[in-house]
Amino acid sequence: MGLLSKKDSKLILDPLADNNPITIQVLGICSALAITAQLKASIVMAISVLAVMGIGNVVISLMRNVIPSKIRIIVQLVVVASLVIVVDQVLKAFAYSLSKELSVFIGLIITNCIIMGRFEAFALANGPWRSFLDGIGNAAGYGLILVIVGFFRELLGSGTLLGYQVLGDPITKTGLYAIGYENNGFMLLSPMALIIVGLIIWVQRARNKDLIEE
Amino acid sequence: MGLKQNLHKLKEKYRGTKMAPAFNALHTFLYMPNETTHSGSHVRVVDDLKRTMNTVIMALVPCLIFGIFNAGYQHYAAIDGTLRLDPLANFFTWDNFALGALKVLPLVIISYGVGLLIEFIFAIINKHEVEEGYLVTGMLVPLIVPIDIPLWMLTVAVIFGVVIGKEVFGGTGMNILNPALTIRAFLFFAYPTWMSGDKVWVHGAKEMTGQPDAISGETILGSLAQNQEPIYSIWDSFWGFIPGSVGETSTFLILLGAAFLIYTKIGSWRIMLSAVIGALAMGLIFNGVVNAGWIQEGNTFYGLMSETFWHHLVIGGLAFGIVYMATDPVTGSQTNMGKWYYGFFIGFISVLIRVFNPAYPEGVMLAILLMNVFAPTIDHYVVQGNIKKRMKRLKAKTA
Repeated sequence: MGLLSKKDSKLILDPLADNNPITIQVLGICSALAITAQLKASIVMAISVLAVMGIGNVVISLMRNVIPSKIRIIVQLVVVASLVIVVDQVLKAFAYSLSKELSVFIGLIITNCIIMGRFEAFALANGPWRSFLDGIGNAAGYGLILVIVGFFRELLGSGTLLGYQVLGDPITKTGLYAIGYENNGFMLLSPMALIIVGLIIWVQRARNKDLIEE
Repeated sequence: MGLKQNLHKLKEKYRGTKMAPAFNALHTFLYMPNETTHSGSHVRVVDDLKRTMNTVIMALVPCLIFGIFNAGYQHYAAIDGTLRLDPLANFFTWDNFALGALKVLPLVIISYGVGLLIEFIFAIINKHEVEEGYLVTGMLVPLIVPIDIPLWMLTVAVIFGVVIGKEVFGGTGMNILNPALTIRAFLFFAYPTWMSGDKVWVHGAKEMTGQPDAISGETILGSLAQNQEPIYSIWDSFWGFIPGSVGETSTFLILLGAAFLIYTKIGSWRIMLSAVIGALAMGLIFNGVVNAGWIQEGNTFYGLMSETFWHHLVIGGLAFGIVYMATDPVTGSQTNMGKWYYGFFIGFISVLIRVFNPAYPEGVMLAILLMNVFAPTIDHYVVQGNIKKRMKRLKAKTA
């Protein structure tokens, strides 16, 4: 890591594992439940949040000395809201069907606790470069879990990945379906996303005992 | 004596090693341990967890045997309708038993094999003794699934039910939800085409769909939900000559099991009685609504709502759920007062879901799972109420 100092690279790498916003801080669960039935939607959501958080953290960090602390929440909301609208418009312009699929959940990025949390906890107290790294890191940690959950839910629930039928065709009965395999309808329901996130938390804490709280 | 000594030697050999819990469980499952307390201030009783579990299994055996016969009977009766004219003569036949055993025994073997394997694995990983908690669950599971459920689905469901329903909470005695019902609920939500409809309750119905000799196996609840008159009489469903999940059809045998559980003080009569009252109450309310003329013939819910209120007790899996699963001492309410509320709402909500969920005309599974979640809350308020009452009494005395 010649580009980043050790302290800086920690900003990016920490949220990916030991300080993951979803599995350790248990934030942003709502969107993790809502849009992870398809892997594609999870990836787009992850990228959207990455863009909003990376830019948002920089903007807040640049303005950190001029924002009056009494109205800082409102200022933060305005910044996220504008960025989310930009993302929403971009999706509508270049990936209309996906934006239809994600529907209200792109707009709801505004209320994603991870974003407001990082603005409050990090961007208000740190310079733009470090805030940028922090935003990217946290969004990547969030996106990583989204993609893992989306992968399993789409594979086991619909038998597809990114829309490709990787397990065979359920209607003409090819591939795995020929020997009696069937898609698991439970995977497409939101409770299963919660259970998968729970399993990830379980595995993570079993591997790293320091993460277990008293 | 030879086997016992050998098992004891094996146990001694592996003492302190990783595999110790597995051998220990094998030994104590079959025999009493070689070392028992002889002196000192220990309470020595025979009704330990293993005995409790075995009592419930004994109460379930009649249902299992009946289920085996019924699986064959329903298959042959669906093909040749004249068999239904005299169920008693055509029920206990070798043909029925052979076909039923061929279909039901694999379910039992898979349920026990997979479930106990997971128990053993977790016991070895977590270094605790193998718990007996799965003994009853393993028996319940084959009795509450449709006869034709593919074995790999059952395997997946058992793994899910035991790991997510029980082991993540810390194993036997720590679970919030009834593991057998967790397994069934998983199957229901994951593979609905194998768990509901009119093609799953009779062996062969699904494969023969669309063929000239196609057979239908609509349950009574299924017919009622579609506003059709069921072809079975209420006595048929009391004795159990009806299609349904493997072991839940015979209300008569379930009553025998209930009597046995109450006599041995394993099952709580409070829960059973209050659940029956709850179901009757909800049934009466629906009957009242129909009698008042608010629901007319032709309404989606008319069939189930107008069903005579006490019929709800003998059709579907309500009786089986009340006797064998609502009374689970781990997931049910612990306080005597709480048991009344807990049971009442199980019966009440079962009939409610039954009537208002046309896609799945049976509510006892969901009702019990729901009340499992509320059981600790009920207990909390019962205990708090008791404390308040005694505080008042204390104040009245001291004042």
